[in-house]
Amino acid sequence: MEKKSFKGYLYLLPSLIIMVVFTLYPLIKAVVMSFLGDYSIIDGSYKSIGFENYQALFADKNFIKALCNTGIYVVFVVPCSIIISLFIAVLINSKIKGKAFFQTVYFLPYVTSVIAIGIVWSWMFNSEYGLINYILGFFGIEPIQWLNQPQYALPALIIFAIWKSMAFNILIFLAGLQTISEDLYKAARIDATPRFRVFTRITVPGIMPMIVYASIMGMISAFKVYNEVFALFKGKAGPANSAITVVYYIYDKFYNSNKYGIAAAGSIVLFLIILALTQVQLRVTGKRKKK
Amino acid sequence: MPSKRKVIALILNILKYAFLIAGAIFTVLPFVWMIASSLKTPAEIVQVPPAIFPKAAQWSNYKVAWNAAPFAKYLLNTVIVTVCTTIGVLITTVLSAFAFSRLEFPGKKLIFSLFLATLMIPGEMLIITNYITIMKLQWIDTYQAMIVPWISSVFYIYLLTQFFMQVPNELYLAAKVDKCSDLKFMLRIMVPMNKQAIITIAILNIISSWNAFLWPLLVTNSDGMRVLSHGLIRFQTEAGASYELIMAASCILVMPIIIVYLFLRKYIIEGVTRSGLKG
Repeated sequence: MEKKSFKGYLYLLPSLIIMVVFTLYPLIKAVVMSFLGDYSIIDGSYKSIGFENYQALFADKNFIKALCNTGIYVVFVVPCSIIISLFIAVLINSKIKGKAFFQTVYFLPYVTSVIAIGIVWSWMFNSEYGLINYILGFFGIEPIQWLNQPQYALPALIIFAIWKSMAFNILIFLAGLQTISEDLYKAARIDATPRFRVFTRITVPGIMPMIVYASIMGMISAFKVYNEVFALFKGKAGPANSAITVVYYIYDKFYNSNKYGIAAAGSIVLFLIILALTQVQLRVTGKRKKK
Repeated sequence: MPSKRKVIALILNILKYAFLIAGAIFTVLPFVWMIASSLKTPAEIVQVPPAIFPKAAQWSNYKVAWNAAPFAKYLLNTVIVTVCTTIGVLITTVLSAFAFSRLEFPGKKLIFSLFLATLMIPGEMLIITNYITIMKLQWIDTYQAMIVPWISSVFYIYLLTQFFMQVPNELYLAAKVDKCSDLKFMLRIMVPMNKQAIITIAILNIISSWNAFLWPLLVTNSDGMRVLSHGLIRFQTEAGASYELIMAASCILVMPIIIVYLFLRKYIIEGVTRSGLKG
């Protein structure tokens, strides 16, 4: 064995510096900032220490609305995206022609700029000239004011987000499906097991780890939704703030109203929610595995 | 006469393709709509009911959009930021992955777990302080503000460390006997042997730098420092441009990455898959 030396640090130095300056230090600072009332970033002065920012946060109707919206968004986007993606992945993985073609097409949204394609979606949602109302017209549905009426803003955002998030899930599921042994399917065929049973007894358990992974990753990124809102509503949070999300709220407090303490407190609430939910999810799926 | 079973199988097969094709159309529809709209005349854009494809492709829209805002400058900025960030990421990632996979030093395990723990932290918590740091460094409105915070990625370090670990240690020991220095071993053996993984990391990073939006928006304020995604939003909200021009500008932002994707999709798909399976 080579004796231990400090040479390793030389190799690590560039990453270490970046990590300390742009990750560790801001992490600690964010926690501290969230407890300081009226914090100023110019001279670092503050008026009080305590839970003032957190109180202000939960007294703000907009923050509560942002929390609710984000919750609704997560509840719709993550399961819908996973179920549809799973279905598509299973179909692509079955004996079909043009596997590579379908895989390439379905992955396209993943590599595309959310901003650019979000602007395209806002144009598709246009109530007068948009493609979506035109297609709905075939089914006898009256034009919907997708982006101008508060009750439709969040559904529009959810549809766009499902479209965008499916790409990653399909890819992960496809990779998972390929790891399931062909023998299991052969045995099922010999026993003439019905297709649905094959799906619930072999396919789903086989890619359970990917489903857990996709749902955790999907949930984390869904809680942080921001760019989608920005692109769809021209930098605003929808008509009458109807599509405001937690991260939108945080950036608005930080960048536009300069309430640094409140913004920091908001980011910590967000982190705690994400942390708690991923823990719950890991527990639940971990227990199921043991059974 | 075909048996009942065969008919059912045939119907199922047709349904399968029908569903997959419908899904594929839903997936590419925004892209088709973007390209088609970018080639329409102003009259065709507001035509009711909309025609999906224009009668004659108006390629001049691209020229008009290109000149309506300093897109050449935006493109140059995006390329500079993307190239510099990616080079930085590759250097720091290779160095760190080598340290974690081959070198022995005190506190190695602790630092490695510390690195991994930072993956849990949402960037939203860090952005306020990072903005203040950039301000104090007087880097607002500079290239380094958009580049430096992103030249190290724990995620890529973790990924490459896994690859470096798979290189048999005997090679390293043999190199030691031959008095080959660590740096030389890293550059001559480790890097070429893991060329594919390194290319994958480069491509994934190019995509994320190219599409970056929020950070460049925060740390720049002059028109001359904007990147494409930022410029595009401004073009839409401030210039009040009509939609055929906005769609042409969107194409300018989206198409380079789609072309990269179509040519190098093997690397991208493998990279994302691997990151997913390891995660």
